[in-house]
Amino acid sequence: MTQPYRLSAGGRIDRARTLTFSFDGKRYTGHPGDTLASALLANGVHLVGRSFKYHRPRGILTAGGEEPNALVGVGRDDAHFTPNLRATQVELYDGLTSESQNRAPSLERDYGAINDVFWRFFPAGFYYKTFMWPRKAWTKFFEPRIREMAGLGRSPQTPDAARYAQRFAHCDVLVVGAGPAGLAAALAAAKTGARVILCDEQSEAGGSLLAEPDAQIDGLPAAEWLKTALAQLAAYPQVKLLTRTTAFGYFPHNMIGLAQALTDHEGERSDAQPRGRLWQVRAKRVVIAAGAIERPLVFPDNDRPGIMLAEAARIYLERYGVLPGRRALIFTAHDGAYRTALALHRAGCAIAGIVDLRPNAGGPWVAAAQKAGLAIYPASTIATTDGRLRITGATIKPIAGGSGQRVSCDTLLMSGGFTPSVHLFSQSRGKLVFDATLDAFLPGAPAEACSVAGSAAGVPSLAEVLASGAEAGAAAAGGSAVSYQVTNAPVAQGGFIGAVPYHGDPGSVRAFLDYQNDVTAKDIALAMREGMKSVEHVKRFTTNGMATDQGKLSNMNALGIMSPVLGKPVPAIGTTTFRMPYTPVPFGYFAGYARGELFEPERRTAIHSWAEAQGAVFEDVSLWKRARYFPRGSEDMHKAVARECRAVRNGVGIFDASTLGKIEVVGPDAAEFLNRMYINAWTKLQPGKLRYGILLREDGFVIDDGVIGRITDTRFHVTTTTGGAARVLTMMEDYLQTEFPELNVWLTSTTEQYAVIAVQGPMARKVVAPLITGADISAEALPHMSMVECKIAGVPARLFRVSFTGELGFEINVPADYGRAVWEALMASGKPYDITPYGTETMHVLRAEKGYIIVGQETDGTVTPDDVGYAGMIGKAKPDFVGKRALARKAFAEQTNRKQLVGLLTDDPTLVLDEGAHIVADPAQPKPMTMLGHITSSYWSETLGRSVALALLRDGRARTGEQLYVPLATGNARVSVVAPVFYDPEGTRLNG
Amino acid sequence: MLLIPCPYCGNRPEIEFAYGGEAHVVRAADPRKEDDAAWTEFLYFRKNPRGDHAERWRHAFGCGRFFNVKRNTYTDHIEASYRIGETLP
Repeated sequence: MTQPYRLSAGGRIDRARTLTFSFDGKRYTGHPGDTLASALLANGVHLVGRSFKYHRPRGILTAGGEEPNALVGVGRDDAHFTPNLRATQVELYDGLTSESQNRAPSLERDYGAINDVFWRFFPAGFYYKTFMWPRKAWTKFFEPRIREMAGLGRSPQTPDAARYAQRFAHCDVLVVGAGPAGLAAALAAAKTGARVILCDEQSEAGGSLLAEPDAQIDGLPAAEWLKTALAQLAAYPQVKLLTRTTAFGYFPHNMIGLAQALTDHEGERSDAQPRGRLWQVRAKRVVIAAGAIERPLVFPDNDRPGIMLAEAARIYLERYGVLPGRRALIFTAHDGAYRTALALHRAGCAIAGIVDLRPNAGGPWVAAAQKAGLAIYPASTIATTDGRLRITGATIKPIAGGSGQRVSCDTLLMSGGFTPSVHLFSQSRGKLVFDATLDAFLPGAPAEACSVAGSAAGVPSLAEVLASGAEAGAAAAGGSAVSYQVTNAPVAQGGFIGAVPYHGDPGSVRAFLDYQNDVTAKDIALAMREGMKSVEHVKRFTTNGMATDQGKLSNMNALGIMSPVLGKPVPAIGTTTFRMPYTPVPFGYFAGYARGELFEPERRTAIHSWAEAQGAVFEDVSLWKRARYFPRGSEDMHKAVARECRAVRNGVGIFDASTLGKIEVVGPDAAEFLNRMYINAWTKLQPGKLRYGILLREDGFVIDDGVIGRITDTRFHVTTTTGGAARVLTMMEDYLQTEFPELNVWLTSTTEQYAVIAVQGPMARKVVAPLITGADISAEALPHMSMVECKIAGVPARLFRVSFTGELGFEINVPADYGRAVWEALMASGKPYDITPYGTETMHVLRAEKGYIIVGQETDGTVTPDDVGYAGMIGKAKPDFVGKRALARKAFAEQTNRKQLVGLLTDDPTLVLDEGAHIVADPAQPKPMTMLGHITSSYWSETLGRSVALALLRDGRARTGEQLYVPLATGNARVSVVAPVFYDPEGTRLNG
Repeated sequence: MLLIPCPYCGNRPEIEFAYGGEAHVVRAADPRKEDDAAWTEFLYFRKNPRGDHAERWRHAFGCGRFFNVKRNTYTDHIEASYRIGETLP
């Protein structure tokens, strides 16, 4: 018979349909409406996992997101596999494939269980002490072994095949939790017309009402009232109900993160549909109706499969029609477990007894149990349990002492009372207040616009839960609360925190309080003996409440154990911080659309497609793709760059400079604005002229450079470095808006409006001139560092006579849409001169031969204009520019040993130094050596037939002629210090 | 994510903004008249308080304008936002 523990009627499952699923390769059946946990229990499977540290056999403990044991991997293949899912939250679908974790080779026979035999050697904090010696063994032996042991589920090895969506939303009231309090809150808020989002982590709304066969609300059975309430909510167009949606994080200013599972329950989903959606909800008010979590009791061997929380067992019975066993023993300090006992008793499960820690528990539930003839053991405890892969019995002892009595059972249901779920409230930085009558931390003063309702606020009865929800919802939306009539829902009371009384040696037994991290009462005691007095220290020493538990089950019991030992009441000890996420959220939710090509936008120039077709090799420069070199045939980079360099020096080359940042600076005060921003003087620059500008930060260090053209009296064409474009515009805006608001200037980014084509080399004019109309570009009419507006190949252009290669050159700015057409026209015009496209690598070599710096390569944020030899460009007559006052400080003026830009030539002309290598005077000196500077640029110069390097060197200019050393992996290279210009120092070629 | 009130555009999420550091750090009209100590203070020293902080933000992916915000650095609560040139409320 399949599903032997399934009742023939009752619950919210669809018995008309049968689903087949597998767990560890074995096939079982279940029904729609089941979770993996309820279906396994229906098949009598309790053993579902091995514990983290001791590899103890573990069973399903809970029926919700707080589950510490039943962590499983689910997925049809590696690309759809998710580890560490709580079986209590995995909805069953036909064909579901699942596996247990942290066991080898199988759940029943697990080699790791050897840890359990030697448990005395693995107390809390053992790894902090044990793996200290010998030191070298850490990386070679201990760490790899620990890494192998650590963790629970296996990570999938293939990329996640699923897609994920993201959405922003706004609402007046966000209600977290769709149990009775949340529903009442949403109804009250919706009535005012407020925009409401109501979310719940479960597959259907209702919370505790989904397992409520007795209570009546407004004269309706709870399940019927739930239907009515949901229908009412659905009728409001401005209300959104999100099920399968966990509010996992509470962020500043009422931003709540929701993780909505979309297709996980649908079986073998299509990857075309998103698997999940991350919501970032900005709510005016938040009502937290997150309910409460039942606490385990901490007694020896309280972790055998078959041991479960009492309310969870009742949920499996009422919601899923599943019995947890045939003979249940109840261990409790709370009336709720009596309710479970009565329900199981009615359903045909034998009750082996109700063991109550309390000496004289009373009230309606206890009376009903007495009336039903159930055996009750007041003022008693459980001293131990037995059974290896499933509990087979337990020993009951009076707390006062005396002989124990073993009773047999196949399930033990426990309740230590309920802990209000204050996680989200605590994440919002709301203050928690300890309530001594409830032994619980309750929400106190909020830090955000939120309130807490229902069991999450410690409200005990269903009537009060509904009332508090309605009140909170009405208050959040500015409406009035309705009241609800509740009958047949007697309040259940009681609770216990800490370890239950035990008469033997507590060091000889293990009573677990954090199941997921295998933390026992003994570990908490050890932590305190070791001197941990703060709850945060105890948490870290023992790992109690770490990982996904976040104190859901363990927090209060840990405080209950610490309190008597420290002689402090619980509120004086305080509680640890509840961190997000409330339950784990797959990374894919956060990645969302930002994967693959969408991870980072890629910027391409107008000429990109041409370069691609030519087989160019690209490199990333900020977000841009830039052609690095254009290999011909089987050329490697070295050969291609050598050929490209020769072409520019001897004939003509063409280069895509479109990525240069461009800012149009316009207005009556444009020249004055540039005077204040750049170190150079701009007032006297005539329209039609260019000047190389240096931009400093306020602290005097070079941050950017670029050629600036004066188009008219009131209009400048500013260029920046490729990577610095946005930064420079922001900096200019900053000064213009906040320091110089009196200046009448407009700034516009034009980086993407222009394609920029550099034509460089002695033949450059011959290539460009035939295409020009409307301008004379002869050497006399358009000398070096001047510009003209004209047409090229019929396209309007700003033609700059400028050179970053040291050769005669032009940089042609045309509207980006015409970039490729003009490029191709130039290629055609240059054909007789064997015009050669070159990439960034050749550009780097050519400029280094001329000693032109690259900001970010020769400068590193600590380099002044004088350091790179550009002090002469400073406009001396200017009263002020950004960085001027900083450079005038004594600290700069009196500093004598600054690093300065120099050239270096190796003794061995074929040796290309490593960029970043250090320079020393004497390589034989003892370590650590005195380092004089470092190499900033180093290339093979095809033009000079030898290597060249630029460097920043202490007192560099004064060292010209000196011989120094650069220690390299291959030996010490001797170098000579020279001026940082290796080619055409007179600049005659520029003026060709 | 903070909800930042741009004085020109209204409440917008933090991702639309760029942080601009402490507000009211005045750049002297004539830096030549400042001594080294004053200029060093201007360049490098900031309050970094735990509590109320006047700071600059730029609505970078919006109107592009700089403005000032009074924010509590401990609670993240924003008490006021105001335009450049206006005084701290």
